[in-house]
Amino acid sequence: MSRNLILGAALSSLVVLAALLSFVWTPYDHAALNIPAKLQTPGAQHWFGTDHFGRDMFSMIMVGARTSIAVALLAVGIGMSLGVPLGLTAAARKGSWLDELIMRGNDLVFAFPSLVIAILITAVFGAGAVNAIIAIGIFNIPVFARITRGAALSLWEREFIMAARVAGKGAARISAEHILPNVANLLIVQGTIQFSLGILAEAGLSYVGLGAQPPTPSWGRMLADAQTMVSFAPHLALIPGVAIILTVLGLNLMGDGLRDLLDPRIRVART
Amino acid sequence: MLRYSLKRALSLVLSLAVASLVIFAVIEVAPGDPASFMLGVNAQEDTLAALRAELGLDVSKTERYFTWVAGMLQGDFGVSYTYRTPVSKMVADRMWVSLPLALYALALSTAIAFPAGIYAASRRGKAGDVAVMGATQLGVAVPNFWFAMMLVLVFAINLRWFNAGGFAGWDKGIWAGLHSLTLPAVALALPQAAILARVMRSALLDILGEDFMRTARAKGLTRRQALWRHGVRNALIPVLTIIGLQFSFLLAGSIIIEQVFYLPGLGRLVFQSISSRDLIVVESVVMLLVFAVIMVNFLVDLAYAAVDPRLRSRT
Repeated sequence: MSRNLILGAALSSLVVLAALLSFVWTPYDHAALNIPAKLQTPGAQHWFGTDHFGRDMFSMIMVGARTSIAVALLAVGIGMSLGVPLGLTAAARKGSWLDELIMRGNDLVFAFPSLVIAILITAVFGAGAVNAIIAIGIFNIPVFARITRGAALSLWEREFIMAARVAGKGAARISAEHILPNVANLLIVQGTIQFSLGILAEAGLSYVGLGAQPPTPSWGRMLADAQTMVSFAPHLALIPGVAIILTVLGLNLMGDGLRDLLDPRIRVART
Repeated sequence: MLRYSLKRALSLVLSLAVASLVIFAVIEVAPGDPASFMLGVNAQEDTLAALRAELGLDVSKTERYFTWVAGMLQGDFGVSYTYRTPVSKMVADRMWVSLPLALYALALSTAIAFPAGIYAASRRGKAGDVAVMGATQLGVAVPNFWFAMMLVLVFAINLRWFNAGGFAGWDKGIWAGLHSLTLPAVALALPQAAILARVMRSALLDILGEDFMRTARAKGLTRRQALWRHGVRNALIPVLTIIGLQFSFLLAGSIIIEQVFYLPGLGRLVFQSISSRDLIVVESVVMLLVFAVIMVNFLVDLAYAAVDPRLRSRT
């Protein structure tokens, strides 16, 4: 196993554990106001200090991890569950009008950056974590569709697929039984990358007020609150920022490590 | 090439048509009547009807869609529900901040990424390569709006070299305008520079393994000469594609950065419009951003096909 994978998995696990732990334990109630203890710098009592309402930053970071992970994970889920079947279908019907329709549709969705989709959805339905999930999820669909189609196309030329066709299996069955398991590694790697991009996108959307709404803590929202206080309480901005960076860095390193581990061509090249 | 260009142009027009239809349809789903929103709950029915007629809201949705598209083709985006001024003028005023910001960021990103990528590729596997790759890995992970806040903390609040926010205006001179946009552009450029440096390195490494590079070395060129004369030039093709695509991301990304620096660009306009439910402005800005992305993709495709003839037959 590569160092990237170990370091990435360790960082990511730490964040996931913090998020899971927050369901049963946080040092303080993340929503409890304690004005006399406001804007405390990190110390023994409050490890990450307190915000302008005296809320414990460590507890907020733990609960905020929940929001980030949930939004990014569900967005990857939307992208995969719609994008992968679309990519498989396009590859199975290569060159047909259906392939053309799917790929042109993909190009169109690609023209809408997730922020633009979020602006559209928010303008109509209002801001919220669910709308952030939908916006990031829609942006993920063409990513998974393209990568699945690309990988599936080369597989369709292979002998074992020819054999399956000769055996009388239909395109849908071949896609599900032979193509999908063979592109799974690629999808896991891409899923990790999209997950990390989802964490960044969620933070950005929450920062501009299009993501999770108060009182749900989110790292992006914490940064937005910190903006006017950064001159006298820089820890309010530093801590959520570092949390985002470490999470994204961990996921990216894990993605790189997984690619090295799962892609046989890289393995062969190394040996 | 002409056939390929025509095919791509047709695809461009179709994409724009479908995108406009999607944007219009989504905005149409929005609950509430703009006329009631503008005049308040106590407005008389005849006043509301008159305003609806004035705004062109009293006709069928199909007719409104075609009126909107026809207007846009002539540069008329309608009239803002809130400010009662032409949307095209509001957008044009804001574009003078957002567009230079995106271009400035693109220039910075390229200026950082090229040397970093070339340096890393020429030192493959050595300490310099590891350091550059480590820095780019970090650069990709940093949210640009957070980096912007840190830049404000260091360069505006502590060192006082720049203002923490606001835009001086181009009427104060180019230098004053660029000075106001420097911190936002640096913040916007960082993650893109990290991505571009990685692409540059990877493209160069691919090229370095090619036969013509070996031939160049065999003919007596030093490694450095071969890298600069043949490697960099050939690696530019994929890199330029990424630069083109990054421009549209920078334009959309400037929406968030404008919030950090209180810049009067498209981003602030769109958020103000969302909060005041000025949907015609939201609709127009979104269409403009999508147009920019589709157009840049189209131009990148054409430029790519012009450089690499194999692509013309592939699509």
